[in-house]
Amino acid sequence: MIGISTRAGGLLALALGLSMGLGFPVPATAGPTLDKIKQAGSLSCGVPTGIPGFAQPDSQGKYAGFDVDFCRAISAAIFGEPDKVKYVPLTAQQRFTALQSGEVDILSNNTTWTLQRDTQLGLNFGPVVFYDGQGFMVPKKLGVKTGKDLNGATICVQPGTTTELNLADYFRANKMEFKPVVIEKIDEIYAAFFSGRCDVMTGDATALGAQRVGRASNPDDYVVLAERISKEPLAPVVRHGDDEWHDIVDWVVYATMEAEEKGITQQNVDEMAKSDSPDIKRMLGVTPGMGKALGLDEKWAYNTIKAVGNYGEIFDRHLGLNTPLKIERGYNNLWTKGGLIYAMPIR
Amino acid sequence: MASETAAIVVRAHRPAPWRDTRLRGIALQIIFVAVIAAIIGFLAYNTTVNLRRQNIATGFGFLEREAAFGIGESLIPYSPADTYARAFLVGLTNTLYVSAIGIVLATILGTLMGLARLSRNWLVAKLAGVYVETFRNIPLALQLLFWWALLRQVAPGPREAWEPLPGVFVSNRGILFPVPLGQPAHLWMAVAFVIGLALAYVVHRWARQRQAETGWQFPAGWAGLGLALGLPLAVFLAYGAPLELDWPVLRGFNFAGGTAFSPEFGALLIGLVVYTGTFIAEIVRAGILAVSWGQSEAAMALGLRPGQRMRLVVLPQALRVIIPPMTSEYLSLTKNSSLAVIIGYPDLVSIANTTMNQTGQAVEGIAMIMAVYLAISLLISLCMNLYNRAVALVER
Repeated sequence: MIGISTRAGGLLALALGLSMGLGFPVPATAGPTLDKIKQAGSLSCGVPTGIPGFAQPDSQGKYAGFDVDFCRAISAAIFGEPDKVKYVPLTAQQRFTALQSGEVDILSNNTTWTLQRDTQLGLNFGPVVFYDGQGFMVPKKLGVKTGKDLNGATICVQPGTTTELNLADYFRANKMEFKPVVIEKIDEIYAAFFSGRCDVMTGDATALGAQRVGRASNPDDYVVLAERISKEPLAPVVRHGDDEWHDIVDWVVYATMEAEEKGITQQNVDEMAKSDSPDIKRMLGVTPGMGKALGLDEKWAYNTIKAVGNYGEIFDRHLGLNTPLKIERGYNNLWTKGGLIYAMPIR
Repeated sequence: MASETAAIVVRAHRPAPWRDTRLRGIALQIIFVAVIAAIIGFLAYNTTVNLRRQNIATGFGFLEREAAFGIGESLIPYSPADTYARAFLVGLTNTLYVSAIGIVLATILGTLMGLARLSRNWLVAKLAGVYVETFRNIPLALQLLFWWALLRQVAPGPREAWEPLPGVFVSNRGILFPVPLGQPAHLWMAVAFVIGLALAYVVHRWARQRQAETGWQFPAGWAGLGLALGLPLAVFLAYGAPLELDWPVLRGFNFAGGTAFSPEFGALLIGLVVYTGTFIAEIVRAGILAVSWGQSEAAMALGLRPGQRMRLVVLPQALRVIIPPMTSEYLSLTKNSSLAVIIGYPDLVSIANTTMNQTGQAVEGIAMIMAVYLAISLLISLCMNLYNRAVALVER
């Protein structure tokens, strides 16, 4: 429905779904989401409609990317295999309604964690999986050096994003004018920018870099300015009110980070399971207890690592220096290596 | 009347209330309305309760908050520091603006194409036929994307803009043209225009009456046109022809000054006009064909010229058939303007979407969109129904 219908139609359908879905009492017991997922036999995961490296269908229509791997990780933790996921591509505007109305169980959708979303939208955020910042992409021939040079520019931006608000704030703070061109579909907004309809494209800097490589006919004609005008901590999102499900999302993500810190990889996870370290034995379910606490199989973390690898492997596979995107770890390195990725202790 | 006697007879043997068809009818209607109201109430109540349980904000309080997002084009002053209510108003005016212009242009295009399709000139008729069949059968959303891509791709960037006339620039940022700066004379010119229109109406009435009495004709149309245009012109000259233009100038990235039609507005307008024009063309053609050939023959027998025949005999009768379906076309044009979201024209739906997304209050947002479209549609229907009554065949 979402892929083909017009935005108005899609939104209306979603709103209808929302009012219908919310129109009947929701069971008040804890953990309904996990029960629902187990019953359905698959996890419903809201992903972006197309950001190279983060979430994009391949030639067979199979979704792959950084965002997608966190859904696969959770699927592995619940079912023991990573592919029991139904991917629902959602635009920035559709995603929250889809989550609120129960169409998806989790958003892994490059979503920035903000106070308003956490409170007024009835959402809860998992651990930050990617630290990003908003940037500007411009054609090199414009000769722009910083955001301060952009007075009077026409700027392409996706609606329903924090980006849209940061942009207005930035120009207000610097007493500059701009003209936004606002289109929801990623394909259309980038087509507009690369055809010269806008002077500037703004968004999360990493996504801009990914689109520059993925969509520009000649990526070298464009540059993402070094300046970052905002903090964009991207995190998975779940509905408010199901703490058990929120815990599962948190700890599966932490498990991938912890695994990197402990040196557990997709390759060596079987060997590591034989390790003498009490930490690793607890995490991989050799010493039972952690799985039961989460309401999952004791091998939840083992299955996760076996299926998708640790955080570093996920990053390198989709975004890292060996991919076309060539993104440095930077803030997204482990805290032990000068980054911000820090897992809570699994014990 | 006969029914009164019947009623008296019925009352004489009054049936039990549940056997009385009239009472039963009323009772059923009351029950129907009550059930509908109960269902709506149930849904509304549960929605509110569940929204609250899920900690989602409700109510229209958000309209007072700062919108904090930019809008590309606006007929009224707007900045991100304004409220959501103001942003919503911007969207509403943009929707009304494009719909109003679209309705006028679609009517003109449709009427011309409808007449052309009836033309005895083979080429003209076939071209009109091809136009109708092509654009009527392609989904509007695709047409909008096509026009938008065309306007974007064909035109050069702002620094290499074409200048077909001095001061008029065509680039992928839109078509820019100079506009006159505000002058006190403008107000008086507008007043003169209204007076001119009123005088034209008086002349028209007088000419008709005189023709009815004496048979003498008077070129009331030309006289009216002269009055409506001549009076403002006279005022303009009396003020010493004050004309100062705001010229578009390339400054930095973009043009400043003047007025622009953005590619988004242009694509939306062209798309709506061309698409709706096909339906109007068919309605006009059907309306004219519905007037029997005998009417035209009779008019010719009276010695009316072809133009007069169309204007005085055929069209008044065709309009009766044309107006009701035309109302539907105007309504669908207005509603179709919400497809603007695909190509990024900031119409009502586009801005409401953004608002809903930033505040999370989808139920309120959708309710507002529905209320506004309902109000616009009812208003258009009302106007068209009034007009329909005015041109309807007076039955005696």
